[in-house]
Amino acid sequence: MDGQGAFVTAINLIVSGDAALAEIVGLSLRVTLSAVFLSCLVGLPAGAALALARFPGRGGVIVVFNSLMGLPPVVAGLVVYLTLSRSGPLGPLALLFTPTAMIIAQTVLITPIIVSLTRSVIEDLWREYEDQLRSLGSSALRAVPTLLWDGRFSLVTVVLAGLGRAMAEVGAVLIVGGNIAGHTRTMTTAIALETARGDLALALGLGIILLSLTLLLNAGAFVSGRVAQRTAG
Amino acid sequence: MMHGTFSILPLRVSGLRFGVRGTELIKGISFELRAGVRTLIIGPNGAGKSLTLRLSHGLIKPTAGEVAWAGGTTDRRRKRHAMVFQRPVMLRRSARANLVHALSLGGLDRSERGRRADEALERFGLGHLADRPARLLSGGEQQRLAIARAWSLRPQVLFLDEPTSALDPASTKAIEEMIEAIHADGVKIVMTTHNMGQARRLGDEVLFLHNGRLLEHTPADEFFAKPRTEEADAFLKGELLH
Repeated sequence: MDGQGAFVTAINLIVSGDAALAEIVGLSLRVTLSAVFLSCLVGLPAGAALALARFPGRGGVIVVFNSLMGLPPVVAGLVVYLTLSRSGPLGPLALLFTPTAMIIAQTVLITPIIVSLTRSVIEDLWREYEDQLRSLGSSALRAVPTLLWDGRFSLVTVVLAGLGRAMAEVGAVLIVGGNIAGHTRTMTTAIALETARGDLALALGLGIILLSLTLLLNAGAFVSGRVAQRTAG
Repeated sequence: MMHGTFSILPLRVSGLRFGVRGTELIKGISFELRAGVRTLIIGPNGAGKSLTLRLSHGLIKPTAGEVAWAGGTTDRRRKRHAMVFQRPVMLRRSARANLVHALSLGGLDRSERGRRADEALERFGLGHLADRPARLLSGGEQQRLAIARAWSLRPQVLFLDEPTSALDPASTKAIEEMIEAIHADGVKIVMTTHNMGQARRLGDEVLFLHNGRLLEHTPADEFFAKPRTEEADAFLKGELLH
């Protein structure tokens, strides 16, 4: 099948609301959004705490998190695979090759991104606010929620960086999910598989959807951020 | 109006020293501040005016010496002195919410916070700004809000670090009026300024600092009429001091 024919078929698949396609898109969103949610739950407060805390070895911790931002997805996948495999420490939970395993792997992958970028945003904000907040009697710990809320417009970009990474990656979800049709097949793993098998139409259709979704999420965040910033200063 | 059951004044500062990486910026300052008089800290740039305020307020720790309040008020949450900075820092929320936040840090009950915030806004004619995003207010409005925020905490002492240096004359006037009103309430005013007109208008007594040392601690009219030190004399004549 040539590229043009594949493109037409891809559009048809999308427009006709192909069930297999819808399922793949649904699972991808579920896995990615869950992972981003969990990463934010841990990463936003952890990043803010790292920005404010002063302890020996803090520099080392920052370097480690910064490096982990570049963690290759296949390595994250491998680590989670070893942990969840039958002989691994969490083997008895039988999570390998389930969507839960994929969520864990992506959470491992993007939490460092959220932590590092949040740390950087909150550190700048703390420099500006520290005297005032301390004067009002705030401890560093008490300042964490205040700073997270005041940094909300910059932190949206941080969350989007994590989301982008999670949406785009193949390696981790492929290793721990296994790309099982109807069970753990996501947009990215399907694209990899279908391209290898020569089904360019499905691969291309998924590629178009993936790009559109990413664009839509980012545009939505950008516009709502602008509006909110104009009304909150 | 005297806040609290006991006074934290006089403030006794003795042998105060502060240095950063081997450079001593405050070189052994001692003074005593009494209630009822407005204290103006003046001196050339780099004299240590702002540092003296910060050390007294407890924002930074001295390398040597002591800042002692009467009655030993060490409980940070119930701190009886407040500070207004040169550039007010407002949170990204409404003007009123900024006051409520400060009062919450001050340890007030939820119900009391709103009441106090409204009271402070009304008192200084800022009621119409209550729901506006604080960061979108003008510089003068933000500084007035910062002073109202400090006042809402019912301090016995209010430190002000060059509160009008970035503002236009109209805002400066409004802020000087606020300071007068707060002084009339019985709140001790301790303020730095590099505006000599302002020092003459607001000062009851002057602390003259130069190069990290306290050279004069005199009543304001005496200081401006006949400074005791050469440095103060030169400073008042507008000469450059080293």
